[in-house]
Amino acid sequence: MGETVQKPTVPEQAGAPAVESTAKREPLLEVDHVTLRFGGVVALNDVNFTLYKGEILGLIGPNGAGKTTCFNAMTGIYQPSEGEIRFRGERITGKKKHHITKMGMARTFQNIRLFPEMTALENIQVGADAHHKTSVLSALFRLPRHRREERDGLEKAERLLEFVGIPHRMHDAARNLSYGEQRRLEIARALATDPVLLCLDEPAAGFNPAEKEELLQLIRKIRDQGITVLLIEHDMRLVMGVTDRIVVLEFGKKIADGLPAEVREDHRVIAAYLGVPDDDAA
Amino acid sequence: MTSVREWIYSGRHAVGERWHNAPRWMRWAVIAAVIVFFYALPNREFYQWLGPIPTTGSNFGQVLFTISIYVLLAVGLNIVVGFAGLLDLGYFGFFAVGAYTVAVLTSPSSDLKTLWPWLLALPVALVLTMISGVMLGTPTLRLRGDYLAIVTLGFAEMIRVAATSSEFLKGQRGFNQIPHPPGSYSDGKPIFGVLDPRPYYWLVLTLIILVVIGVRNLNRSRVGRAWISIREDEDAAQLMGVPTFKFKLWAFASGAFIGGLAGALFAGKQNFVSSQNLELLNSIIILAAVILGGSGNIVGAIVGGGLVAYMIERFRGIEFFGVELYEYRFMFFGLVLVVMMIFRPQGLIPNRRRAAEFKDRRKEVIVGG
Amino acid sequence: MNFNALFSDFGGYTITGLTVGAIYALVALGYTLVYGVLRLINFAHSEVFIAGAFAAIWGWAALGLDRDSVASGFGSIMLYLLVGALIAAVASAGTATVVERVAYRPLRKRNAPPLAFLITAIGASIAIAEAFGIYTRRLPVGAPTIVKPDLVLFEVAGTEVTMVQVLVIVSALAMMVALDLFINRSRIGRGIRAVAQDQNTAALMGINKDRIILVVFIIGGVMAGVAGMLYDIRIGTLTYSVGFLLGLKAFTAAVLGGIGNLRGALVGGLLLGLVENYASALFGANWKDLVAFVVLVVLLMFRPTGLLGESLGRARA
Repeated sequence: MGETVQKPTVPEQAGAPAVESTAKREPLLEVDHVTLRFGGVVALNDVNFTLYKGEILGLIGPNGAGKTTCFNAMTGIYQPSEGEIRFRGERITGKKKHHITKMGMARTFQNIRLFPEMTALENIQVGADAHHKTSVLSALFRLPRHRREERDGLEKAERLLEFVGIPHRMHDAARNLSYGEQRRLEIARALATDPVLLCLDEPAAGFNPAEKEELLQLIRKIRDQGITVLLIEHDMRLVMGVTDRIVVLEFGKKIADGLPAEVREDHRVIAAYLGVPDDDAA
Repeated sequence: MTSVREWIYSGRHAVGERWHNAPRWMRWAVIAAVIVFFYALPNREFYQWLGPIPTTGSNFGQVLFTISIYVLLAVGLNIVVGFAGLLDLGYFGFFAVGAYTVAVLTSPSSDLKTLWPWLLALPVALVLTMISGVMLGTPTLRLRGDYLAIVTLGFAEMIRVAATSSEFLKGQRGFNQIPHPPGSYSDGKPIFGVLDPRPYYWLVLTLIILVVIGVRNLNRSRVGRAWISIREDEDAAQLMGVPTFKFKLWAFASGAFIGGLAGALFAGKQNFVSSQNLELLNSIIILAAVILGGSGNIVGAIVGGGLVAYMIERFRGIEFFGVELYEYRFMFFGLVLVVMMIFRPQGLIPNRRRAAEFKDRRKEVIVGG
Repeated sequence: MNFNALFSDFGGYTITGLTVGAIYALVALGYTLVYGVLRLINFAHSEVFIAGAFAAIWGWAALGLDRDSVASGFGSIMLYLLVGALIAAVASAGTATVVERVAYRPLRKRNAPPLAFLITAIGASIAIAEAFGIYTRRLPVGAPTIVKPDLVLFEVAGTEVTMVQVLVIVSALAMMVALDLFINRSRIGRGIRAVAQDQNTAALMGINKDRIILVVFIIGGVMAGVAGMLYDIRIGTLTYSVGFLLGLKAFTAAVLGGIGNLRGALVGGLLLGLVENYASALFGANWKDLVAFVVLVVLLMFRPTGLLGESLGRARA
């Protein structure tokens, strides 16, 4: 489990590694030499990295780098053409989506996919239902075990609403929540599935700086609960401020993998984002 | 114009609000009164106070029985279309399977010559109908919504073909002398006889209440939530751990169960089942009932089923351009579907979810300005 | 399985299969076009077909031909065929337009969910079919004999081929070739392919989406109308309810060939016609209708993209 880090005052250093030695790090999600082709396009080219338990890993890269493709492959939506992806030691290729969720991986979406007609509470309850064991028939007859699971799910949902900071919106339809509240609700819903790994797809898109700061705190709170976090983000301050490690993709290839401070100075990363003067383009 | 609509909405909305703010005992009292009303309805002494509403001239008890069968079917289809969002255009096929199973097992004209009593044939009919629902659903529920619709349409058509051309199912000749449900009064006379339709009506009414309770239980559980999540965003639901295929199949099976139940009850009363009285276009009527009442909500299905059935019975005997209005019923309800989709797709009785939405928007207007 | 029956008249079943398949193909075009552009199964298309078929018969009646009349003379036969086709095409296209404008358009403007479209479609289909049914008192309507059904044109490998059969197959092929050229060469055809691939981008490129959709419905209607007239020629009587089953089979044909794929509609239609007829020889005529349903379910389970693959955008197979 990730050791808790002392929160430094300077945002750039918040991403100090959660583990001291690599020997103690437990791999959680392994992207093993994955190549992914869509027809003639090679979206991911021999991408290889590991996500360790307890850390906050950032996945960045310029537009078109393959971040979303990689993210989708890691969450089981795309199947790699070559290589494999292992979660908690097991291959997730070909597994049904709801199985992957039950294995402990949850995600949010870039373009928010809440259930619009359901209330905030109900949205989270759907997430909590993922681990319900009682059958349809016991729901039909309202057997005691079912009622107990319902009650537990309800309590969990209420707790999660508090955790993400929107308890007052419990009974409001999801479509009526503000943009920021919806993003937080999505995170709460994902947390309700009791994940070991939480994957956030551009969670700060559309946020102002104050909201981004709140998100940053929330992500740290989540990691403090013992949940590993994978993050795609464009906002460099956020990424530098919250992640322990960063993987950088460009044109489907991994070009850097390391601590935020290292990656920030890496000339290949700088070149990828800012470009290189023509005569240097070797 | 807008103000009139708003006034109507606010009126209906006010009723809805008063209902939900009312103390529990009051709501139960109203429900109890409504239930008592419906049980008392077929008694002549009671309904003659209702004036022209009962279809005088024809046997009101019989009419009530027919209406209650439609209501049961609407509640069943509502689970499939309204809750899970699966467009089943051949729902009446399940009714047919239920009725035919009872017929084949109990009627002396059946090739099987098993001559079972109705009560014994009933569970077999229910199980067989559920199996047919699962068999239909398993290959088709993974398909896109429109493909599912057309396959269910084909399913109903195939049942029709099988019923008319298969020797075993006796086409138009049908099965007669199907026995009635069991039970007799203290003087030995059977409760479910040929002359009095009221016990049949009461039986169906009781079953409707039980089914509604069951559906309500399912709705308030993970099953109901799963159905709504599938309807609203199936992919997201899967990613949140909902086993969508399993729940879609359960919706189908539940709907099939109810359809088969209605069919078995119908056979037990009618004593005669043939391809004539199993007009599969009735699937459209039941769909119209669900849409008209408000798909996705139990009260809407009940009201829709009752309204549609009542209208059809009212159509009998009235002429329109030389043709009995009853003949127009399929065309009429086809048009109802089109009109409803354009003007009021949420149905006459929108469910609380949508009403709450409407409420929020109005609050925002007042506050924000 | 009665192999004897099949092989003793293999040629006969083949020709019949191709003939009925040609009609399926024409109707399938309407389904495939609308699906390619709108992602919608236009259930009302079967009634568009019926409208054309009835219009041809009533048109001929207006010209003085009733169910017992027999046309004669090459010139007048040609005339009747053309007039019949024209009236049918207009009636069908008109019906299709009305359905689009009244039933589908309002829903498109409101961004209604797909379920709403399907419900409207089936409602419209039933309403129109029933309207015809009530008008004809649910009795079959006889068509005049424009082309004598027993008029043999030539023989091929021991099988007789009648004028009617040749007429149906050739007309259908001709119309499909014309359509194929139109989609691939004309500006509107390009617009159709663009809208089929990406509605919003096409609109941004200045293509009038609503007009394209209307054109698509009209084209489908014209095809179905001609199919209706050919049906009258071939079968000789028309009942209001045949649209439903024929529509179901035509849709199956569209899926078989690859929904959204025009050439696929042709292939699918002909293939389905053949398979159906061979099956009726093998299993008996009663179960013929079941064939299409079984084909549909098997297709959707194992190869929903059909034989030639889905694509209106890439009008080539």
